[in-house]
Amino acid sequence: MPIIATQGLTMRFPGVTALDALTVSVEPGVVGLVGANGAGKSTLIKILLGLLPPTSGQAAVLGLDIVRDGGRIRERVGYMPEHDCLPPDMPATEFVVHMARMSGLPATAARERAADTLRHVGLYEERYRPIGGYSTGMRQRVKLAQALVHDPQLVFLDEPTNGLDPAGRDEMLGLIRRIGAEFGISVLVTSHLLGELERICDHVVIIDGGRLLRSQAVASFTEASGVLVVEVDEGTEKLGMRLAQTGLRVRPEGRFLLVDIAGESTFDAIRDAVAEMDLCLIRMEQRRHHIEEVFTT
Amino acid sequence: MTSTIHDIGYRHYDGPRLGRAYVLRSLFVHNLRAAFGLGRPIKSKVMPFLLFGAMLLPAVGSVAALALTKEPGALIRYSAYAVFLQPLVAIFLAAQSPVIASREMRFNVVPLYFSRPLGRFDYVLAKYGAFATALFILLATPVTLLYAGALATREPRQPNPGEAPPPQLPGIGEHTVHYLEGLAGCVLFALVLGGLGLVVAAFTPRRGFGVASVIAVYLVSLTVVTIVQGIAESQSKYTISGWAGLFTPFYLVDGVQVRLFGAETSTPQPPPGPFGGVVFAAACAALIVAAVGILYARFRKAGLR
Repeated sequence: MPIIATQGLTMRFPGVTALDALTVSVEPGVVGLVGANGAGKSTLIKILLGLLPPTSGQAAVLGLDIVRDGGRIRERVGYMPEHDCLPPDMPATEFVVHMARMSGLPATAARERAADTLRHVGLYEERYRPIGGYSTGMRQRVKLAQALVHDPQLVFLDEPTNGLDPAGRDEMLGLIRRIGAEFGISVLVTSHLLGELERICDHVVIIDGGRLLRSQAVASFTEASGVLVVEVDEGTEKLGMRLAQTGLRVRPEGRFLLVDIAGESTFDAIRDAVAEMDLCLIRMEQRRHHIEEVFTT
Repeated sequence: MTSTIHDIGYRHYDGPRLGRAYVLRSLFVHNLRAAFGLGRPIKSKVMPFLLFGAMLLPAVGSVAALALTKEPGALIRYSAYAVFLQPLVAIFLAAQSPVIASREMRFNVVPLYFSRPLGRFDYVLAKYGAFATALFILLATPVTLLYAGALATREPRQPNPGEAPPPQLPGIGEHTVHYLEGLAGCVLFALVLGGLGLVVAAFTPRRGFGVASVIAVYLVSLTVVTIVQGIAESQSKYTISGWAGLFTPFYLVDGVQVRLFGAETSTPQPPPGPFGGVVFAAACAALIVAAVGILYARFRKAGLR
C-alpha cells in the first residue's frame, strides 16, 4: 500500500498556483521531496496533514482520505515544521511530554516516550534546561523528537537540515536514515539540496512550480551512464585528438576526457591509444548519474 | 554490577491513545498552570503570585475588621470586590493574557498542535476556559475568604450600658445567598474579562505590546465612560449615565449583577430597570461568543504558518 498517493492535486492561492495537478504515489521507506524554494513542498505537507483543503484533486495518506479522515491521519503521522516552533521558556523534556499528551498518550507513557525519544535524537542532560538557550542543532533535535514522540507510522520532515553546520547536517541525515531503517517509520523529507537526499532516500520525488518533474527510486537516478571518464597524467589534449580520429565522440571536461561508450571496443581503443602514445593512465571509469542532472538537462 | 546504560534500540508504543476529552483536559491544565507561571522559570511566577497576594489583602483586612468591630458594614460586599479592586484585576489580565493568547503564536508552536488530532475549536476552548478559570480563582478566592470570615464571626457586639442594641449580623442563609450571587458574578467577570484580554493579546504577538494594549483598552474604555457619565449626571440624565456602563467591562458585568443577581451597585449608575439588565447580559453573551469566534479565526490562521 502506498503511504502517500495524490491524484490531480491542485492548490491555488490568490495569484499563485502552489500545486498544479500533482499525481504521485510513494511506497513506504525514506522518501525525499525535492524542489526549489517555493516549489510547493510545504504546501503539499500541509495538505497531506489535512490542515489545508486542496482546491481540487484527491490525496490519501496511509490509505486514509485527507478530507474525510484528517483526524485519523494526524493520529498516525508526525510533523516537523521548517520554521522555529519551540517555546523558549520550557525545558525540552517538559515540552516533548506536553506534545505527547496532545497526541493522546497517558501521562506516564508520555514521560517515558519523551525520555526515550530525546535520547534517540541525541539530547541528554541539556534537556532539563529551557529551550531558549539551545543551539540550532539542539533545537532541530527537539523538533524532531516532538514529531516522533507518539510513535507515528510516518513523519513529515520539512527541511530538517536547515541552518545546520556540516557536522550537524551529517548527524541529522544519519538520524533520518535510522528512523527509516531501524525505527521502521516511513519518512517524507524535504530539501532543496539533492545531494543530501541522494544519500539517505530510497525514493525521490522532484517537484518544480507545483508540478511533478520526476518520481523514482534513487537507484535509478544514479545508475551508470554511457560515458567514460578518462584521466591521464599529461598529454590530455593529444590523446583527445587521437581518440577523435579513431571515430569516438570525445569532449574535454577540466583535466578529464569524457568519451561516449560505443561498445566493448571503446575500452580497448582507449587502452591501445594510451599505450601507443606512452601516456600514464590514472583512471578510466564509467560515470554515474547524479540526481542534479535532472535539473540541468 | 556496572551501571552502564544499555541502548536497547527503538521501541514502538503500543499502549492506549486517549481521546478528545483527555487531550482537552491536558491542554486546559497546561494553560491554567501557564496562567500562574507554574512549570516555568521563577520570573514567570512573580507577577501572577504577587497580584494574587495583593488581591487577598483587602479581604483579610475586611475580615479582621469585622472580627474586631462586629459591624456588618466592615465586610466588603461580595459583588463589589472585583469592581473595587479593578486596577489589580486589570494588571493581572494585561500581564497574563499574552502568556495564554500570543506566546504560542509568537513562537509558532500552534502548527504543532494542529498537526495532531486536536481540533482548532477545542484548542480555543481549552485556552479560553483555562484563562477564565485562572481569573475566577483570582476573583473568587478573596470572596470566599470574606464568606468564611463572615461565617466565623457570628456573635454580635455586646452593647455598652445605656446604648441601643447593636446591629445584628446577617444570618448564614442570607450570607450564603449573597455569596453564591457573588460567585456567579465572578464567573461572569472571568468570562468577559478573559475573552476581552485574550482577543486583544491575540492580535499583538509581542508580549510587551500585548500587555500595553490590554491595559490601554481597559483604561480608555473606563475613562471615556467616566467622562460620559460625569457629563450626563451633571445634566441629570441618569438613564444615559446608566447605559454608558455598557462600554467598559467592569461596569458591564456589574450592571448584570445589579439587575439580574439583585446586588447593590458598585458603579456610579447601574443600567435602567430590568430591561437594562437583559441588554447588559446580552452584551456579555455577545462578547463571549465573539471572543471565541475571533480567537478561532486567529488561531486557525496561525496554525497554517
